[in-house]
Amino acid sequence: MRDAGAHPNARAAASRTTRPGDGRTRGGTRRRPWQYTGVPAWIYVVAALGALFILLPLAGMVAQVQWGQFWELVSSDSSVAALLLSLRTAAASTVLCIVFGVPLALLLARGQFFGQRILRALILLPLVVPPVVGGLALLYTFGRQGLIGRSLELAGISIAFSTTAVVMAQTFVALPFLVLSLEGTLRTAGQKYEAVAATLGARPGTVLRRITLPLVLPGLISGAVLAFARSLGEFGATLTFAGSLEGVTRTMPLEIYLQRETSPEAAVALSFLLIAVAVVVVAVTYRVPKSPLRALAAGRTSGPAGEVTP
Amino acid sequence: MSLSFEAVLAARNVDVSLHVEPGETVAVMGPNGAGKSSVVQSLAGLLKPDSGLAVLDGEPLFQLPGDAPDLWLPPHARGVGLLAQEPLLFPHLTVLDNVAFGPRSRGASRRDSRDAARRWLTEVHAAELARRMPAQLSGGQAQRVALARALATEPALLLLDEPMAALDVNSAPFLRSLLRRVLAGRRAIIVTHDVLDALMLADRIIVMDGGRIVESGPTAAVLTHPRSAFAASLAGLNVLTGTLDGSTLAMPDGGLVAGQPAGGLGGPEGLAAFPPSAVSVFLAPPAGSPRNCFAVVVDELEPQGGHIRVRAGALAADVSAAAVAELGLAPGVEVFFVVKAAEVRLYPA
Amino acid sequence: MNRMNQESTAMKSVANTARRGLPGVRRLGAAAAVGAMLALGLAACSATPGASTGPANTGSNLNELSGTLNVYAAASLKTTFTELAAKFEESNPGVKVSLSFDGSSTLVTQIKEGAPADVFASADQANMAKLSDVGLVAGTPKDFASNVLTLVVPPGNPANIASFADAAKPGVKLVICAPQVPCGAASASDAAAAGLALTPVSEDLNVTSVLGKVTSGEADAGLVYVTDAKTAGDKVKAIPLGLDKPTVNLYPIAAVNTSKVPELAQGFMDLVTGAEGRKVLTDAGFGKP
Repeated sequence: MRDAGAHPNARAAASRTTRPGDGRTRGGTRRRPWQYTGVPAWIYVVAALGALFILLPLAGMVAQVQWGQFWELVSSDSSVAALLLSLRTAAASTVLCIVFGVPLALLLARGQFFGQRILRALILLPLVVPPVVGGLALLYTFGRQGLIGRSLELAGISIAFSTTAVVMAQTFVALPFLVLSLEGTLRTAGQKYEAVAATLGARPGTVLRRITLPLVLPGLISGAVLAFARSLGEFGATLTFAGSLEGVTRTMPLEIYLQRETSPEAAVALSFLLIAVAVVVVAVTYRVPKSPLRALAAGRTSGPAGEVTP
Repeated sequence: MSLSFEAVLAARNVDVSLHVEPGETVAVMGPNGAGKSSVVQSLAGLLKPDSGLAVLDGEPLFQLPGDAPDLWLPPHARGVGLLAQEPLLFPHLTVLDNVAFGPRSRGASRRDSRDAARRWLTEVHAAELARRMPAQLSGGQAQRVALARALATEPALLLLDEPMAALDVNSAPFLRSLLRRVLAGRRAIIVTHDVLDALMLADRIIVMDGGRIVESGPTAAVLTHPRSAFAASLAGLNVLTGTLDGSTLAMPDGGLVAGQPAGGLGGPEGLAAFPPSAVSVFLAPPAGSPRNCFAVVVDELEPQGGHIRVRAGALAADVSAAAVAELGLAPGVEVFFVVKAAEVRLYPA
Repeated sequence: MNRMNQESTAMKSVANTARRGLPGVRRLGAAAAVGAMLALGLAACSATPGASTGPANTGSNLNELSGTLNVYAAASLKTTFTELAAKFEESNPGVKVSLSFDGSSTLVTQIKEGAPADVFASADQANMAKLSDVGLVAGTPKDFASNVLTLVVPPGNPANIASFADAAKPGVKLVICAPQVPCGAASASDAAAAGLALTPVSEDLNVTSVLGKVTSGEADAGLVYVTDAKTAGDKVKAIPLGLDKPTVNLYPIAAVNTSKVPELAQGFMDLVTGAEGRKVLTDAGFGKP
């Protein structure tokens, strides 16, 4: 699926460098030859079952959608308000995840300090605690009676029941996805390029901006997409911490839950809409990035090419 | 104005002190794990020694432990360039921008740094690659571009860490002759396993083993009169150790080696050295003639250029393929290595 | 090959990190997945697991009843029904009562999809009607309790609320149920009866959530059922709405007609609607039907 060789740029690169007498045998071969993979046949069966386990319920839900009134069901004021709010807050929390997640991932992947492992474990906590618990934790921290909320309240800042609270709840649950994804990419990329850049006279800030971030951009993007998708689906923490008010804090998942009370058809239609939005976002953004590191590896598969000796 | 460097790295059991004059190229050689890369990385600022002092042209690079706080110049402030085994060209930048990266990072304008990059690409015969991406380069081309990139910052010291190790046999000679040209009159330290690199590029050889410098001297002297087994093996010489007495060397097992004293002070510990090409192989010990004869068992045969190298214990002999077939040489066969006294050089260790 | 390796390394390292961080979770997840698959396969074979395990049909005397009774009850009945179930098991040693509490509409959905319910107790008549509309109710549902709304404030009463009208003032952080759920519908009609326009900061999805925001002090006031206020004890202060005609929520109970243990279902319903049930419900703050 994510084959670097299939990337248009990589292919173009290969064919451009192929000139007669260049000594290159590569290029022009559109079809990848069969390669041994070492995957036992039964793996395909179990994998297919696993895929079905995900896909069948989705199909079951889609089968329930009443297409005749679909547009009518999803275009009600409250549905539109919920969708717009969800997109807005998920976008905002994705930005927050990037702002805080990039430094965190950098520290976890590159830093050398005491308690690094503990820090990683703690940052990944939102992955394991139920979102409702996360919402409670936020409430006890930023709520009116909370650790920090009390001081904020005195300063006239009230977070609970606001759109800000929704964004915070989403950021809380989504941040680990970005950190995890980016940290992995950073570790895979290694520090060699950064070290070389430093010996060339680049200050740490320059190295980060011109080398590290461009190299891990694919990981950053996929992490951001995951964070966005997770934010879009956030329910428990939002419900607990932010409440539920149309246009202010009632996001799509809350609206779906509520619609189910009175109109299951509308709930199904909205669910389908939410999934469609998530699929489109993931599909569009996941296709764009291709690691420059991968392109490099792909270019080298042909081995050392003919040297152009002057 | 020179480079002086001394460092102790307890974790890697490295304790080294060295000196490089301006315009001098020094080859650092030694077996794997000798600590060569630790030296390079400490100089580049990528690895911090436990203690030590390095001064480059009067500017301290580090002083550990220093007059509190420690002095430790970050890599970007050292003026030390590095060319490693892998080219490590930034994959997201064009060749031109890779080479321009150094000057640009040091504050040159975009235009000036690109001009400089073009100059250096021309210098390494890679001007026509300027617009390519690193993924479109062969290994040899990439390493040449990496060299241009390292040179474009005009480093006061250039470190080359096995720059040819990852290249195929066709690309290495070209880069080597290129390096010979650009390293002339440039201060550089080159870590290498290839004696050819040392011969062609270095003014001086430093041999490291077990984290220490075991031998150092002008390239020609070290290769013709190796004092360490490693240096001798580098030069492709057979080396025997023992006690010197005039024109014979008494080995610990009681055997005697006759040779030509090469002079030099010291002793009575000494070395006997002779090239494998001077060794003849026999199935039975030859009678008469003032020759040295060693009874050995063949360990392995390996083709080398136009001949076969026969290894037996610590010794090696070079014979023709025809001779191998005629004598029926194979691992396990008992043979006699014979070398004329005139081919053996004796000198104090 | 290189290409593929590069790919998989990137993926693997993410997975590795996850594995290192959360070993237990992955295993749990795997177990859950397997469990779910098994459940999918088995669902067809045992639509009512645990039901009719004994000779429930043989005796007409309550004391001889045995088997498992699945009771699906509205979340607000949790305390009272848990107590009543214990009583029922006590007087019928062979009987095991399995309780399932959730929002009434959720329970209706589950029963319609084949959940093994024998008795359904709803917090409102609308949801009971949904079930009888599809013919799943045996006989006529019987109202067994009623509930009305009350205003609750945190112990300190930070917004100094003394009446329903105070809670409707601007600036007061009032939390109510969303109009789509029973308590929200009641809130709306009570507000209309009082001639008030409520401006809540949140319309929550269920009454528990409303109560939670008041007990945590996040909200200045909330509209919950009197039974909820009673359960919360001194974590909230209840302020009666003071309406002449408050909206009364009636709780109906009925047997599900797919039940394999109708005698048990009838026995339990008799207990709930009888004197003993009346007392437990009254103690919890429920009104007469």
